Amino acid sequence: MGRYILHRVLLMIPTLFGVAALVFLLLRVLPGDVVELKYAGSGTFAPRQAIEREKAQLGLDKPLWRQFVAWIGGIVRLDFGTSMWTGQPITHEVAIRLELSLQLALMATLVAVLLSVPLGTLAALRQDTWLDYFVRIFSIAGLAIPSFWLGIMIILVFIIYFHWLPPLTFTSFWVSPKANLEQLIWPALAVGYRYSAVATRMTRSAVLEVLREDYIRTARAKGLWEKVVLTRHALKNALLPVITVLGLEFAFLVGGLVVTEQVFNLNGIGKLFVEAISQRDYTMVQSLVLLTSFVFIFVNFAVDLVNAWLDPRIRYQ
Amino acid sequence: MQDTVLAAARHTDTGRIHRWSAAALRFARRRPLGAAGAVIIFVMIAAAALANLISPYEPLVTDYGAMLQAPSAAHWLGTDSFGRDVLSRIIYGSRTALFVGFCSSFFGATLGVVIGVTSAYFGGKTDLIVQRFMDLLLSFPLIVLALVVVAVLGTGTINVILAIMVPMIPRSALVARSSALSLRETPFIDAARALGFSHGRIIFRHMLPNVMAPYLIMLTAFLGQAILLEASLSFLGLGVAEPVPAWGLMLSGAAVEFAERAPWMGIFPGIAISLSVFAFNLFGDSLRDALDPKLRVS
Repeated sequence: MGRYILHRVLLMIPTLFGVAALVFLLLRVLPGDVVELKYAGSGTFAPRQAIEREKAQLGLDKPLWRQFVAWIGGIVRLDFGTSMWTGQPITHEVAIRLELSLQLALMATLVAVLLSVPLGTLAALRQDTWLDYFVRIFSIAGLAIPSFWLGIMIILVFIIYFHWLPPLTFTSFWVSPKANLEQLIWPALAVGYRYSAVATRMTRSAVLEVLREDYIRTARAKGLWEKVVLTRHALKNALLPVITVLGLEFAFLVGGLVVTEQVFNLNGIGKLFVEAISQRDYTMVQSLVLLTSFVFIFVNFAVDLVNAWLDPRIRYQ
Repeated sequence: MQDTVLAAARHTDTGRIHRWSAAALRFARRRPLGAAGAVIIFVMIAAAALANLISPYEPLVTDYGAMLQAPSAAHWLGTDSFGRDVLSRIIYGSRTALFVGFCSSFFGATLGVVIGVTSAYFGGKTDLIVQRFMDLLLSFPLIVLALVVVAVLGTGTINVILAIMVPMIPRSALVARSSALSLRETPFIDAARALGFSHGRIIFRHMLPNVMAPYLIMLTAFLGQAILLEASLSFLGLGVAEPVPAWGLMLSGAAVEFAERAPWMGIFPGIAISLSVFAFNLFGDSLRDALDPKLRVS
């Protein structure tokens, strides 16, 4: 196990390097740069020298490979450089938004688990009844309804029926849990519903499959309570594929965060990402892509580990 | 002589049509949900094709005398903050959604299948290098890769198609490769090789037709995702640009701003998105079950 973990961690390094190189190349090869955009936006006349000076300041005048080496060298020291748009260190820009996005991601995952596991189990236990059909339609709809629209609908209902809006400024959970949850529970619901859709279907089919196993029949035959059979014998085994699906669907969580932060006007990583793209803030886009890819790769790795830990039948070389 | 050839051609033609309609009927009877999806898709395609005939107003014409009007007999789904008819914009929006959806999924799935099959056919070092590159692309979450492409190319309809297409390629290549790997070992491919056919001919004429089932399944699965992704990108202001009528664009900015005065602006485009993605998913699921019984879940 220890060797397996080491092996996987070492494999992550070339992948991340590849991601970094690819994003860097893509963003630098094509024309249109941040300095010109900045001056074009300000509407003032920009002398040639001023543009050149600013480019030199940002390091844009150096050859590509030297820019790349400088960037990678910085990352190794956890220095992601400065934003080309605001001039602030990227680490700082990310750090002030990280708490919000992380909390939202955790809450959305929680919503997804709390929706999918009970609903999927219920649907499996009452297979082919109206309850089963309801759960299946509920989960297929989750795949079709865009989370940003669900967010808009939530806001609509609040404004029209309650004349109330979730607070707009972020309060840390540690400062005021009530204000914090009042703001974040709604986007978490919008993202979590989408996130739960595939997991619900997976839970349903996994429970159905496990319930047909011999050891469930044995457990029932020896007179165990149905509750014990279900929780101790069936669910424990049915949850493995569900964890895998939650890991695979993590990409949708990222997508959900990007659009939902926009709807609820939350100043998080997703909003930063979208702003960075419209401002052609290369260094920021680069760093954020690397960050999300790292989290994505790490989550899948963690899911593999959790599966190996929960299921002793899985052996890794 | 020519007559008999023509007659024979006509005969096989009607035979084919007959076979296809019989297959379609069987599909509809066995999988009512999939057929319901197909009906919605058909309505959508018809709306897109006949948009200039059936939409009551011009989608781009602004009418400041009719701003933010509630749904009425004149404007069935109301008007937006520029006085544009919401229903007309939704009907024209289906053009954008279908065009972007079809183009990106078609090119994405096709390119992916060709790459996957070629990679499996050659095997060895080629396969290894191609797979490493595809793995690299797969380590980006779907929307992040699309956003990177938008960051590079900028917004606009064609760029959005490219942005949605790129993340589809590795996903389709992965599936195609795994089905092609077993295909490579079958006797008829050996036979084709023994006959001295070129690599291109073996790949395109012998291997590709045999991965048609997974290809079609992927294509329909991508379609729903592509429409959703286009809506998301347009919503973020990083997709198709105003004044092109697009569902995601209709929801951005103004829909929340005027939520209290004109909720119809936010409600109806979202229903259009959900309904079409729902239809493609239903149809795709049923198609998967029908074409590949092995993939059926429970």
